[in-house]
Amino acid sequence: MSDSAAVTSPVSLWRIFRAFALIGLTSFGGGIVAYLRHALVEKERWLDSKQFMAALEISQTLPGLNSTNMSVIVGRKLRGAAGALVAVLGMVLPGALIVTALGFAYVALRHDPKVAVILTGVAAAAVGLLLQVTLKIGWKQLVRPKDLLFVAVVFVFVGILHVSLLVTLVTLAPLAIWMNRPGTEKGDA
Amino acid sequence: MSKIVELINNFALMSLLAVGGGTAVLPEMKHDTVQTHHWVTDTQFAEIYSLGQLAPGPNMTCVGLIGYEVAGVAGMIAVLVAFFFPACLLCYFVSQVWDAAEGSPWRDAVQRGMAPIVIGLMLAGCYALGRTASFNPSRDWEFNLLTLAIGAAVACILTVTRINPALTILAGGVAGYFLLG
Repeated sequence: MSDSAAVTSPVSLWRIFRAFALIGLTSFGGGIVAYLRHALVEKERWLDSKQFMAALEISQTLPGLNSTNMSVIVGRKLRGAAGALVAVLGMVLPGALIVTALGFAYVALRHDPKVAVILTGVAAAAVGLLLQVTLKIGWKQLVRPKDLLFVAVVFVFVGILHVSLLVTLVTLAPLAIWMNRPGTEKGDA
Repeated sequence: MSKIVELINNFALMSLLAVGGGTAVLPEMKHDTVQTHHWVTDTQFAEIYSLGQLAPGPNMTCVGLIGYEVAGVAGMIAVLVAFFFPACLLCYFVSQVWDAAEGSPWRDAVQRGMAPIVIGLMLAGCYALGRTASFNPSRDWEFNLLTLAIGAAVACILTVTRINPALTILAGGVAGYFLLG
């Protein structure tokens, strides 16, 4: 617990919960990283921007949602296991309660043809959002031919052939990591 | 009871396979919950995912609704815990190791290697949802043209402006009401 975060006195669990619940309640549409950065780096000053980027890297690499992984890492830095637990609860609970309320309304109303076309429109829009987010992330990170090859192979395996995700990851992840092993980053495509 | 155990088994596994976030696990989740277990229909799956886009916080909190469809409130709680807890626990322990590995060139190798896999999975997620929500073979082509146009409009708007994404999702609902009804 002797992390080098700029925390002088222990932060109360309630304050951790409140900070993450506020992010969980106000962040919309998948851009949660921006909200996290604002709250954790600029407002609460629990992390500096370098620590934030490091935590984000781990969150993106490990399985699980970036937002909940970030909550675990930052909560742990601040108050150990209890801090991690309240941070995750704060992140997840507000959205889970709201989506539950929406879900109950959906179960009651979905056979109404007017509601059905609204939901169809919402679903069609959600596909556009997802595609845009995917392309935005991909555009920045993937420039090498071998990256595009992996994108294509994974897409065909999981999207078209329905190879199980477990099998896909167990076979392709070690290969991808090996092809990017230390010493390969320069002049190699 | 056995349904709850099945739910937990499925979502706990998906929790640990969700590299790069919830979207990566969408195609597998759709295949599992719709084709394999028949817990929800194609359309319900797409609609439940859309509800998640309308709520704040992590989009994937909507998985609780699949649990609700199967086994009521107990199913919902089981799915939420099974989907969020294992990955969090893994992150808790691995992030400690990861901190210790700071400066190791293998950290970069893992990140560079996994990035295209994550993008491939996200694209497969788009495709899985799109086949239900945007170009559904059971609908006529005019309807599909409209749903594709709504998705394309959202993608374009989000590319050129900094508008809150939830607003574009709401606008999709409005467009659905007037164009698809």
